[in-house]
Amino acid sequence: MKPVHVVEGRAVPLERSDVDTDQIIPSDWLKRVERTGFGRGLFSEWRDDPGFVLNQAQFVGASILVAGPRFGTGSSREHAVWALMDFGFAAVVAPSFGDIFANNSSKQGLVIVQVAANDVDELMGLVNADPTTLVLVDVERLCVEVPQYGWHRDFTLDPMTRERLLNGWDDIGLTMRREGAIATYEATSVAPSLAGLFDDAGHAP
Amino acid sequence: MAGRTLYEKIWDEHVVASPEGEPTLLYIDLHLVHEVTSPQAFDGLRLHHRPVRRPDRTLATADHNVPTDPISTPVSDPISRRQLEALEENCAEFGITVFPRGHENQGIVHVIGPELGVTQPGMTIVCGDSHTSTHGAFGALAFGIGTSEVEHVLATQTLPQQRAKTMSVAVENHAPQGVSAKDIVLAIIARLGTGGGAGHVIEYRGEAIKGLTMEGRMTVCNMSIEAGARAGLVAVDDSTIGYLRGRAGVPDGDAFEVAAQRWRTFVSDDDAVFDSAIVLDASTIVPSITWGTNPAQVVALSGVIPSPEQFDDPGERDATARSLAYMGLTPGTEVRSIPLDVVFIGSCTNSRIEDLRVAAAVVEGRRVASRVRALVVPGSHRVKAQAEMEGLDEIFLAAGFEWREPGCSMCLGMNPDHLAPGQRCASTSNRNFEGRQGRGGRTHLVSPAVAAASAIMGRFASPDEVGR
Repeated sequence: MKPVHVVEGRAVPLERSDVDTDQIIPSDWLKRVERTGFGRGLFSEWRDDPGFVLNQAQFVGASILVAGPRFGTGSSREHAVWALMDFGFAAVVAPSFGDIFANNSSKQGLVIVQVAANDVDELMGLVNADPTTLVLVDVERLCVEVPQYGWHRDFTLDPMTRERLLNGWDDIGLTMRREGAIATYEATSVAPSLAGLFDDAGHAP
Repeated sequence: MAGRTLYEKIWDEHVVASPEGEPTLLYIDLHLVHEVTSPQAFDGLRLHHRPVRRPDRTLATADHNVPTDPISTPVSDPISRRQLEALEENCAEFGITVFPRGHENQGIVHVIGPELGVTQPGMTIVCGDSHTSTHGAFGALAFGIGTSEVEHVLATQTLPQQRAKTMSVAVENHAPQGVSAKDIVLAIIARLGTGGGAGHVIEYRGEAIKGLTMEGRMTVCNMSIEAGARAGLVAVDDSTIGYLRGRAGVPDGDAFEVAAQRWRTFVSDDDAVFDSAIVLDASTIVPSITWGTNPAQVVALSGVIPSPEQFDDPGERDATARSLAYMGLTPGTEVRSIPLDVVFIGSCTNSRIEDLRVAAAVVEGRRVASRVRALVVPGSHRVKAQAEMEGLDEIFLAAGFEWREPGCSMCLGMNPDHLAPGQRCASTSNRNFEGRQGRGGRTHLVSPAVAAASAIMGRFASPDEVGR
């Protein structure tokens, strides 16, 4: 993934709780074998509504999504992260997130900013009052800011996720450095493998 | 030293490395793969010229996308067909056993793992699907992962993991007659909320859980993610061992007894300490449905649709009003008076042989209400074959149900089985999210018994109302 240090841009307030991954990218879009082009499917059921916040001219081009609690719950589909990033989002700010979604985001470089519910409300208020407001998410300093108003909140990331975001590290490459340890573990593992269980046609004798 | 929880025992056995300041590298014993979350992972391997490290710990099946029409019918949707073909091609290229559409072992990934006996106690199991928690019913640490992690496991057979917190959910006392595993897990989710289990691995305990069959325990563990928990566990006992005996993936004879003895160690120690604990009284649990658009929005079958005014929290009031609007429901409406358009019996939550037996017993000799489309989608070809041997297909067909080929089907509406806008469905699946079963569709989660009775009555109903 690409390194990410600071996300700076306009924000869009999505004032809903429990935005599950089925809403972020409906299952119809999951048939594709590609990793790109999912932005068109982002919130596709809601985007039919001209009043939906992402359709409002003042929020077009925003790069930070600000949402209600439990954002990204439900399905493990990483397509949700691909859709948000393909659409142009680089960070999501919310009071809480689905575990798998947050994990998937960290693998793709979408910055997950968890701050208290009242802080999210304040941020939404600032953005609603002036949609041109510039918001800044700083992975280096672990804070989200609205410089224009001197508004500043800290957030946390586990140290490894932060390092990986800052360096754009590939997880698999990092793990492959542990080849020796993996081989040693395998030599003593007692869990049975599937070897010999199925023939070439997948039938169990 | 304090005792360890079941989660901690499995975790400790699978640590490959725990480098300072980094997540623990955890070994994965079994990786289940399906067509939807894997193609981009295989592409990643190709891009970096990486092989699959352990094809013998990887097993693939087609499930999410398969049509449930007769196998002789070609897959009409070209995009779906391409994805199903990609799974077969990728498995052939990387040396992975795959069960394509129509194969005798094909089925929903969380149904076939247990029925083939490849899901075993003490294992770590992952799959690019959030309902992987199902396998926790066997005392295995099983959780859903995204496509980047699918690629990671294919390449390394490991995952970097932060240790989760542990939560004990004890369901004490016996559940009343007519209360199913589905009702128990809906009660748990209603209590915890959709985020209550976040960051935790839940261990389900107590008399009511011990009293469940393995299939019932799978239903409960399956929906752990709907309470925000990535994994759910049940301790190994005689039911676990009994279910596994004779399955294809377990050893025979003395070797089975040796394995069983080891499996029996996968229980939490008596003095183990959980990070949090809740207790439910099973004797107070009643047959229930979900009324809204998240699985914590649960109401008794005998109850009425709630009103936003019942909630103190403004956020919850708004969410309730939005859910009611989407679901086309008016507060105060009696649940039993709400008419249905579709009844779906299937999904990794409730498509196993016991589920089909329960439903068949309710519908036997009766007819599906004229305005209702009712379908049964068995979880696997093995489940389907067993049901047909028992004559359950005849019962369903005679009652006016459709009897279809196995797959995920209308649970998520990726294949041609989906709701039309505005249609209301009683579904034995796991998610009632907006549009989950088809754009504009309205999903109510129910048990197989309630689904069957509701199909007959054309509205939400309990089995004891049928045939009055």
